[in-house]
Amino acid sequence: MRRFKGLAIGLAVLILVLAGFLFLRSPKPIIELKAETVFSIGPFNVTNTYITSWIVIIFISLFAYAATRRMSLVPRGIQNLFEAIIEAIYNLVINSAGEKHGRRFFPVVATIFLYVAMCNWFGLLPLFATVGKVEEISAQSQAFHEKGVVIHEVAGLNVIMPAADDVELPKTVTLPDAKVEDVSADSSVEVKQLAIDEATRDLNLGKDKKIGVLVPFLRSVNTDLNSPLALAVWSAIFVEFWGISAYGFFRYGSKFFNFGRLLRGKILDGFIDAFVGIMEFVAEAARLVSFTFRLFGNILAGEILFLVVIFLVPLVFLQFVYFMELFVGAIQAFIFAMLTLVFGIIAVSAPHGEAEGH
Amino acid sequence: MELIHLFPLLEITDTAMRFIGASFAMGLGSFAPALAIGLLVGKAMEALGRNPEAQPVIQTNMILGIAFAEAIAIYALVVAVMIGFVF
Repeated sequence: MRRFKGLAIGLAVLILVLAGFLFLRSPKPIIELKAETVFSIGPFNVTNTYITSWIVIIFISLFAYAATRRMSLVPRGIQNLFEAIIEAIYNLVINSAGEKHGRRFFPVVATIFLYVAMCNWFGLLPLFATVGKVEEISAQSQAFHEKGVVIHEVAGLNVIMPAADDVELPKTVTLPDAKVEDVSADSSVEVKQLAIDEATRDLNLGKDKKIGVLVPFLRSVNTDLNSPLALAVWSAIFVEFWGISAYGFFRYGSKFFNFGRLLRGKILDGFIDAFVGIMEFVAEAARLVSFTFRLFGNILAGEILFLVVIFLVPLVFLQFVYFMELFVGAIQAFIFAMLTLVFGIIAVSAPHGEAEGH
Repeated sequence: MELIHLFPLLEITDTAMRFIGASFAMGLGSFAPALAIGLLVGKAMEALGRNPEAQPVIQTNMILGIAFAEAIAIYALVVAVMIGFVF
């Protein structure tokens, strides 16, 4: 019977894979790098990542409030969970940075870790990237998209059915008077209508079908380049702040702008010092870029992988992608926090060459 | 569909060129980071074998090093995605 159980499980998985492949594939994924605007309040565009980031912030705040509401010396329940997390991060920080600096670094490092981890994990919840509003591609609408999908209207809701056709507008159209025009957001209505007609000629769009694009209401926060950039900028600000508050502005600045020996007359040593200082400065700037793109690239790659796997073989292989995304989300949060900590430690520890000549 | 004239007698559409560019960006760009991560983890395993008691320290620093190496592959991925889907 044990042999048959393995066989039965294997057969069930195979049937699931086949069923997913034949019936449940999504239309071709439309990958949008920019975060889509859901609505705008005056001049401020509220994007879907912005909404998600506020949801994450409110969630973490509620979690912290629930954990510290009736605090007891022996923790139980949510307070226990929270204390375990905080204690783990605290031990990590103290073991790396020492007692004195560790207590100063801890809030920032722990915040970065918790915020990024929660942001990444929130992106895996069911409603993300699937529920949203439909922006119809029509000649009259202001919103213009080059690729779209056929959207059916089922019981008053706009639904993207599995294996729906995808629609790509042509780049140029020829008008009746043989002029060739580019199709873009500021083309005229006739040009857009011609492009839409040409793209949808083979599909029979009845009354309940239209072409459009899904604008999700919720999207994983770090898939928008602004969010990792903001975190990286704050991380850099804090690292410099820690360095300056440990050493004073000029002594810390002398790590970067080391013109002392040059001005004193030693030309070769002076130039080497100045060059090293400028290299340190460039390294700091490069760190901004690398922090940003590491987090952004990992999370975006995960989202693209999801979309592509749903397009290719849904139902079973998605589980592996899901597990990898859980793992990657946590690891990236850990790495961002640890790198901030490590650079903070470097900033407050004695700079090179301090010992000699003093 | 704009045809680009590469060599004599070779014309290629711009979409095809875009896809070739994206795939080369990702393929060539992930060669070195993969090598780097392999070497790094290998050295970490060696260190772990010599001194199993230092496992948390070694593991933490290994993950940190892997993040740095992987970031380069991520830059290549971002360029590939931009070539493929944005331009």
